[in-house]
Amino acid sequence: MSRLDAKRRHIVSFTLNGAPAEVEVEPRMLLTDALRYGLGFTGTHVGCEHGVCGACTISIDGAPARACLTLAVAIEGAEIRTVEGLGPAPGRLGVLQAAFRRHHALQCGFCTAGILMSLDAHLFRHPDPSREEITEVIGGHLCRCTGYAPIIAAALEAAAEMRGDTRGTGEAKTSRTDGHA
Amino acid sequence: MLSIEPMGHVGLSIERVEDAALLTGRGRYVDDLGTPPGTLHAAILRSPHAHADIVAIDKSAALALPGVIAVVTGADIQDITTGLVPAVRAKVDARVIGTDRVRYVGEPVAVVIARDRYLAEDGAELVEVEYRLRPAVVDPEASLAADAHVLHEGVGANLVSERSFRYGDPETAFQQAPHQLSVTVHYPRNTGSPIETYGLVATYEPTDGSYDVLANFQGPFSIHTVMARALKVPGNRLRIRTPPDSGGSFGVKQGVAPYAVLIAAASRLVGRPVKWVEDRLEHLAASVSATNRVTTLKAAFDDEGVVTALDWDQLEDCGAYLRAPEPATLYRMHGNLTGAYAIRNVAIRNRVVLTNKTPTGLVRGFGGPQVYFPLERLMHRIAVMLKRDPFEVIRKNLIPADAFPYRTATGALYDSGNYQEALAVAARDGGLDELKRRRDAARAEGRLYGIGYTAAVEPSVSNMGYITTVLTPEERAKAGPKNGAQATASITIDPVGSVTVQVASTPQGQGHRTVLAQVVADALGLEMSLVRVVTELDTAKDAWSIASGNYSSRFAAAVAGAAQLAAVKLRGRLARIAAAQLNVVADDLVFAEGRVTSRHNPDVSLPFARVAATSHWSPGLVPEDVEGGIRETVFWTPPELTAPDEADGINSSLCHGFIFDFCGVEIDPVTGKLGIDRYVTMHDCGRILHPGMVEGQVRGGFAQALGAAVYEELSYGQDGAFLSGTLADYLLPTATEVPELTVLHVESPSPFTPLGAKGVGEGNCMSTPVCLANAVADALGIEAIDLPLTPAKIAALAAAGDEPAPPPGHDKPKASTKPGDRTMRGEGKAEVAAPPEKVWAMLLDPDVLASVIPGAHGVKKLSDTHFKADVTLGVGPVKGRYKADVELTDLDAPRAATLSGTVTGGLGNGGGNGRITLEPIEGGGTRIGYTYEAHVGGKAAAVGGRLLDGASRVIIGGFFSALARKAGGGRGGPGFLKRIFAMLGIGR
Repeated sequence: MSRLDAKRRHIVSFTLNGAPAEVEVEPRMLLTDALRYGLGFTGTHVGCEHGVCGACTISIDGAPARACLTLAVAIEGAEIRTVEGLGPAPGRLGVLQAAFRRHHALQCGFCTAGILMSLDAHLFRHPDPSREEITEVIGGHLCRCTGYAPIIAAALEAAAEMRGDTRGTGEAKTSRTDGHA
Repeated sequence: MLSIEPMGHVGLSIERVEDAALLTGRGRYVDDLGTPPGTLHAAILRSPHAHADIVAIDKSAALALPGVIAVVTGADIQDITTGLVPAVRAKVDARVIGTDRVRYVGEPVAVVIARDRYLAEDGAELVEVEYRLRPAVVDPEASLAADAHVLHEGVGANLVSERSFRYGDPETAFQQAPHQLSVTVHYPRNTGSPIETYGLVATYEPTDGSYDVLANFQGPFSIHTVMARALKVPGNRLRIRTPPDSGGSFGVKQGVAPYAVLIAAASRLVGRPVKWVEDRLEHLAASVSATNRVTTLKAAFDDEGVVTALDWDQLEDCGAYLRAPEPATLYRMHGNLTGAYAIRNVAIRNRVVLTNKTPTGLVRGFGGPQVYFPLERLMHRIAVMLKRDPFEVIRKNLIPADAFPYRTATGALYDSGNYQEALAVAARDGGLDELKRRRDAARAEGRLYGIGYTAAVEPSVSNMGYITTVLTPEERAKAGPKNGAQATASITIDPVGSVTVQVASTPQGQGHRTVLAQVVADALGLEMSLVRVVTELDTAKDAWSIASGNYSSRFAAAVAGAAQLAAVKLRGRLARIAAAQLNVVADDLVFAEGRVTSRHNPDVSLPFARVAATSHWSPGLVPEDVEGGIRETVFWTPPELTAPDEADGINSSLCHGFIFDFCGVEIDPVTGKLGIDRYVTMHDCGRILHPGMVEGQVRGGFAQALGAAVYEELSYGQDGAFLSGTLADYLLPTATEVPELTVLHVESPSPFTPLGAKGVGEGNCMSTPVCLANAVADALGIEAIDLPLTPAKIAALAAAGDEPAPPPGHDKPKASTKPGDRTMRGEGKAEVAAPPEKVWAMLLDPDVLASVIPGAHGVKKLSDTHFKADVTLGVGPVKGRYKADVELTDLDAPRAATLSGTVTGGLGNGGGNGRITLEPIEGGGTRIGYTYEAHVGGKAAAVGGRLLDGASRVIIGGFFSALARKAGGGRGGPGFLKRIFAMLGIGR
């Protein structure tokens, strides 16, 4: 990217959930604000703006990252995925999302998007995770409602389902629905 | 139960109707809803000091910044607002912004309003506020002292409320009891810390003098009257709207109210809508804290451990202002101060004090943790003293199962329960005997293992009149009785016969929409999908009352019950409409499977939708005596919730659930780590409407309680500096800290609620902290123990004062003798080639100082020994501009001088002094020695506390190494310093 001017707005081009996207931002604008206010992708939430709570976790080039610690101008050319890109189609849930719903793995839902993104990235690379491993991944997020147990249960069940170990729910299984399919 | 209905959905863990949107990023939280065109954005400048006069506020630099529209101060809104009224009439002017004085760190001082939030933050950094510091009072006991600095001169003292109560005959009971024991507990400050912070958009409409505020406010809506009054408008000129979704609250979002007033007033001044979203530092520093409380609880008991009397002395700390509904935290548990026990004699002294800390308010558990900690510590200690099993002592004191409904000594009417059975089931299904064997085995190996128990009564559905117990019977008689807990639900049928339910329960993630759909679908015999529930509230259009909102675990018991009553009422009308069309009597009709059908002749039947639509399309078919079949609104308040009586008896809550917890913990004697081996929690919350959600409430409450017990504390320095401003300082438990939890239930339906349900959301916040503390006390064999049970504290208790020696090469850190003292101390030396006289001259030369003070932009010489400078300093990622004021005193040229100074800036403030000595060394050089003491406040202390000691050492060291370089030296180790600088990311 060319040299940035603090006083000017710059156009940043990247891929958002598989589609080309552009947003015009000042160099200091946080990626969370660019996604939410610039592009209307309000599924990514802001909880602490200092990288601890994990609510704003998204995927940048396949790796989970805190959007609140990322400047929007830094994602030029990157592949960005947010919670809006997790489901197979509008109004339909992916395997992990459906497992969350079955297990009551969310209450207020504010931290959920970030946790889904971290788990999605982890399960893609580690399809057969242990409970400890899942607990560690979720340990990078703060949830104030659930006490975490149902989130761990949902993640383990979703992993098993995606491996085809247990019940498959037809449509979700074929689409793999975490978007990596 | 008032009615028993056949149920198809209620009682099942149905998937929540809320979840599809929340899981796909389609939730609609306050910050997702968009704003009117032209909306401006606010940033709040807050006090870095715990107690100070505001001498002057200079807005000019901020206003000169392009994009900044206004800087609103307390003086600007003085005339259009007034203070927030508390429940006690004290001469405390609880304004929403500091005007001539600030009384806690984080108190708003100015609102900067700009085109966007970034610019507003820039503007806030440019507002210059001149403060004159006052001494701060932080400790509630110290605030009572005759010479304590008073926060509010109008009150004359920091004690704002004191009442004593007496029930039964406590004096005689204490006289006659063979044993007495007392515990003293200092309960710390903590908070709910939802992951979503406060947010709101406020608009003033000048043509009719009204305010519209969209805010993630959770109620109670009694606060609506407080807000309207603070804005000096009638209630119908303040329209509060809540968003469809809220990112958790746990009581805390009651505290958005002062900001609704502040931003609404600011919107009036700028003539445009103004939006404000709180950041995390603001939230931790200044949103809402639970009260800290000092309690001494004394019991009289017999040889068996049966308690005959309690004597409570509670000292409540509500922070800098008494804000409605405070001092409710102190009175919420008044009716159930005897817990689960049949204790008939009670003496109480309640005092409320103000200190220079954040004002308190609703936090999950609200008063319960502060009460059950001393009560259950006491039961545990009685058992230890009598060498009995705590389980047995608890059991012996329980209210008999055949005594319900049971009127407690202090006036509560416990609705239902069988505590003995709950204990027996918990012990059996939770494996208590096996846990005891594990403890014995662990102890046999010399390990530190303990078991803790807690029995607690969990009140729910607060009586809106309980807070008036703070007034004397005479004051109450004068003010008129206050009582009840109005719940409301509206059910509307549209022209195609589908059903919409609206309630004023402002859910914060609990799944109200799902449960209401279950309840109403069952009552009307419909599929859940035909019932849609709307929970966003608009005070201008929806049915609500002062008790509306999301608090005191009132949803399942009161709101779901009101919806059930409304559905049954509507069903009765529809039955009469259908009966007229089907030529049967209404009582003969059954609502099931989407139809209205005769019990006696199943062929006589109409689709529900057709009956339901009749009032829209064919009102002529509606029998004359049926009033409307389109909408039913029910207001329900339980008759049991009466006002306090003349003897101060108060039924403070409608429902009383029961909890019995026990746990086994093991302590690592070296690290102090608390390992939870097993935790069993038994709940009786009456009838369970949705097992999955009840489980969620229990597990979520437990995790928060674990945080309060072990990790979380809103901590303050002795000077009132706030020290836990990030989630790296205020530690919330993560998945790796929360242990396995065994959740058990028994069900004693409440006879006082329409569905037999009781609240369940707050119980573990009351029971778990003390259960863990009891287990730790058991493991260590100690008596006194306060929260939080941090590893450092437990390690110290385990070692009984024998601290391990520091590793070789490290000095033992000089611990302060005073708790809360954050003075940083250090010393160092550097050797330079120049002689003392030359170094001395350099110290007094502004040009030299400018080049050696880290980050100095310019040094102005006010006198030979007094300098001012602008400096840029960074600690880790936090970099800020400060104004420095440096003075040299005690001059002993060229041998020694005292250097003292202060720095102030947007990111905090600091001060300190140091003694510099110059000593000639061989070869004509100088050895510069220095010792210093420094302290830091404001934002820097709140967010950077962990780094400050090291950082100040580096910054001060940097000064001397730069001086040394300038003086031709270099034997002081600047290379080492440089490495540290790089490590800490400190720019030069």
